[in-house]
Amino acid sequence: MGATIEAAGAPRLAMPEPDAGVMGRRAAIVADLRAIVGAGAVIDHERAMRPYESDALTAHRQLPLAVVLPSTTQEVAAVLKYCHDNRIRVVPRGAGTSLSGGALPLADAVLLGLAKFTRVREIDIANRCAVVEPGVTNLGITKAVEHLGFYYAPDPSSQIACTIGGNVAENSGGVHCLKYGLTTHNVLGAELVLISGEIVRLGGKHLDAGGLDLLSVVIGSEGLLGVVTEVTVRLLKKPDTARAVLVGFPSSEQAGDCVAKIIASGIIPAGIEMMDKDAIAAAEAFVKVGYPLDVEALLIVELDGPEAECAHLLGAVEALARDCGATTLRVSQSEEERLGFWAGRKAAFPAVGRISPDYLCMDGTIPRRQLPFVLARMRELSGKHGLRVANVFHAGDGNLHPLILYDANAPGELEAAEAFGADILRLCVEVGGVLTGEHGVGIEKRDLMPEMFNETDLLQQQRLKCAFDAEGLLNPGKVFPTLHRCAEMGRLHVSGGALPFPDLPRF
Amino acid sequence: MTEPLFARDEQDVVEAVAAACASASPLEITGTSSLRALGRPCAGRVLDVSALCGVTLYEPEELVLSARCGTPRRDIDDMLAESGQMLAFEPLDLGPVLGTAPRAGTVGGLFAVNLSGPRRLSAGSARDHALGLRAVSGRGELFKAGGRVVKNVTGYDLPRLFAGAFGTLGVATEITFKVLPRPETEQTLLLHALAPARAAEALSAAMGSSCEVSGAALMPAAVAARLPGLSARETVALRLEGVAPSVAARREMLRQALSPFGPTDVLEADVSAPLWRALRDVEPFAGPSACALWRISTAPMAGPILAARLCAELDGEAFCDWAGGLIWLSLPSEAAWAERVRAVLAPEGGHATLIRATAAERSKTAVFQPLDGALAALTHRVKDSFDPAGVLNRGRMHEGW
Repeated sequence: MGATIEAAGAPRLAMPEPDAGVMGRRAAIVADLRAIVGAGAVIDHERAMRPYESDALTAHRQLPLAVVLPSTTQEVAAVLKYCHDNRIRVVPRGAGTSLSGGALPLADAVLLGLAKFTRVREIDIANRCAVVEPGVTNLGITKAVEHLGFYYAPDPSSQIACTIGGNVAENSGGVHCLKYGLTTHNVLGAELVLISGEIVRLGGKHLDAGGLDLLSVVIGSEGLLGVVTEVTVRLLKKPDTARAVLVGFPSSEQAGDCVAKIIASGIIPAGIEMMDKDAIAAAEAFVKVGYPLDVEALLIVELDGPEAECAHLLGAVEALARDCGATTLRVSQSEEERLGFWAGRKAAFPAVGRISPDYLCMDGTIPRRQLPFVLARMRELSGKHGLRVANVFHAGDGNLHPLILYDANAPGELEAAEAFGADILRLCVEVGGVLTGEHGVGIEKRDLMPEMFNETDLLQQQRLKCAFDAEGLLNPGKVFPTLHRCAEMGRLHVSGGALPFPDLPRF
Repeated sequence: MTEPLFARDEQDVVEAVAAACASASPLEITGTSSLRALGRPCAGRVLDVSALCGVTLYEPEELVLSARCGTPRRDIDDMLAESGQMLAFEPLDLGPVLGTAPRAGTVGGLFAVNLSGPRRLSAGSARDHALGLRAVSGRGELFKAGGRVVKNVTGYDLPRLFAGAFGTLGVATEITFKVLPRPETEQTLLLHALAPARAAEALSAAMGSSCEVSGAALMPAAVAARLPGLSARETVALRLEGVAPSVAARREMLRQALSPFGPTDVLEADVSAPLWRALRDVEPFAGPSACALWRISTAPMAGPILAARLCAELDGEAFCDWAGGLIWLSLPSEAAWAERVRAVLAPEGGHATLIRATAAERSKTAVFQPLDGALAALTHRVKDSFDPAGVLNRGRMHEGW
């Protein structure tokens, strides 16, 4: 039996059993950590630790053993080595904006915060890259280089607050992924501290890896493989122009058809967003940007590049939209109008927050053409669970964000919302999609992993984890529904040349 | 026991690898053998997976294609071309360089070696386009990872790890790629007679413009003379792709941005396309030849000067792709001079891979960039986590494992 996390009304979530030995040595551990990073960089008072008790998945809370805030790579390495040598669990944390509980503390684990790593170490425009510390915010990178006409492409909606270290951990996306890729396509290198305290450098200012591309798996590893202390990111020149079209359709089928036709015609827009009727209504009521309220689905199609290209492609998109039965169509005539189109979409989450006491933001990806089917099934599920749902959708790449509306103070509603969410994610997998497009598995989708992967798939993933962290000390209880000991999973029976099946191979 | 094993399907691969694992006897995984001379020679019985063939999913409007590992690349290319699409990373065809038949490889091979062409610069690598995977681990266990959608963070990104692993982690039996529309047209701008340092600045200026350059190469006169559409002059070539009005507009913008570097010439699509194909496939250094050929990745600004230095020190010939960040270095004999190549590279950072050399030279040379202590140990543990008995392409990347 594992431990359970306290959660106000939330279903109890099994987490690894706290190590009583470690808990009992708490005072000594805090003293040892202070000796490594200095007294001021270790927080152990309950009140001071409260801000760290959850990330943006606030339904789940837990105070850590202690909070440690190192300032240098060497300190991170020393803290990790100490924890490794003393079998103490570690939960890494960036800005704490994870929506999947990736940075949820454990009672017996040191919470390792990277908040002091806020320096932009180098801007190298000639090589179109920047070297930054993990605590620099996503938007902070762009702010540091925009006066030179450059930017960092991935733009998760939390970009004002979320840090590049967290982006690396989660392989964050944003609304422009279809054209510009995810974090993994925009990170060239990283400095990684292993739980052993060893420091390895992956990548750099050059492209590709000279051996196995370990950066590939470190990005998106949700803090389970190591702690990133420096990131080299690719910078892009800001496009000359961006123009957007706002298109309304009488049905989601027609909107989906329009997206497919745009892409099949060879156009890769910078972004294609879709909102359903409920999301449109909530957004319009909130920001009043002139969204049509008489449509079932609204698309924002953004094109960027040289003026000549935007103008040419806008014409093509307009024609396709009309072919697909668009009932309203507006092309942005100014930067102000373009930003207005986006203002509603970007405010969709808080807008929904205004019409419902609480909402749960889901994050599945589906093959685009399945959208009408998925929306129809979601309406059925909405009836089954007795809760409303509004949908915003990164339509270009199939990433769906259903917002489930509920009231945490109404008995049973949180449980119903979570059950509804789980049903939606099962539906995503059923139609050929995945459990999470950009928010990560964390604790939120951990127990749904078997919906997508069988035992063999998950064991192989966990064996990779063992290669980085044989004791399972880094961020345990996240991503994988069942914890196995590495020694157990690593067992192999080799019979020294004697074939166990003499008939094999039989082809 | 030395005759090859021919797998008919995924289940055969499972059984062959399970048996190999149980007896700790290594296997060398092959498709059409077009890339067999890449990497260190590896010991073991051949497991031929070329019969695992066929595109299992292609939905052009979803930009996704899945194929079994033995599917010929030419079939994929042709099928995508029919829908006006492509593998945007421009997979290399090493036929000309390795002296094998052109376009002979399989999709499993081009994925395993992660060798991407000129457009790697703007569109990313084979690894960047890998979405999903079915594979047989060194334990003989079939597993899947990733998916068929672009945006997916469910579990570790094993498909990308497998790109460039040279079949040492598992036998990828089916791979899912993101595909992209083929550009409507292209043009290439040429600059001439720039010294390496100045050429690096020109390449950087082009890449730092908003012209969306999708190929940026630098050739010395002797190499340019062997390329279609070029004459025997030091040449910087910059490719623009897209819809015609956009290409025309960007050509003028780029001309403007490059005016400090001298006058420019333009190659139209019919000349531009063969030029970039020849650069992609390293045709200036094509065989039949046993002369050592290196592929070096470094910071773009460092590349042109580094290439000149390597040529001077080792009496070689080189050209740069990827805006300077990729150096193709051909040496005058079979001797690879690995330590010297890497010593020159070391101050700039990056990695050097020996692409062509005799089997004897590849056996005694570190074909891949040697790894430092902690990284070497970690890499070895990662290999073990997939293939604990070391039966898959043992020795292909590192001596003994």
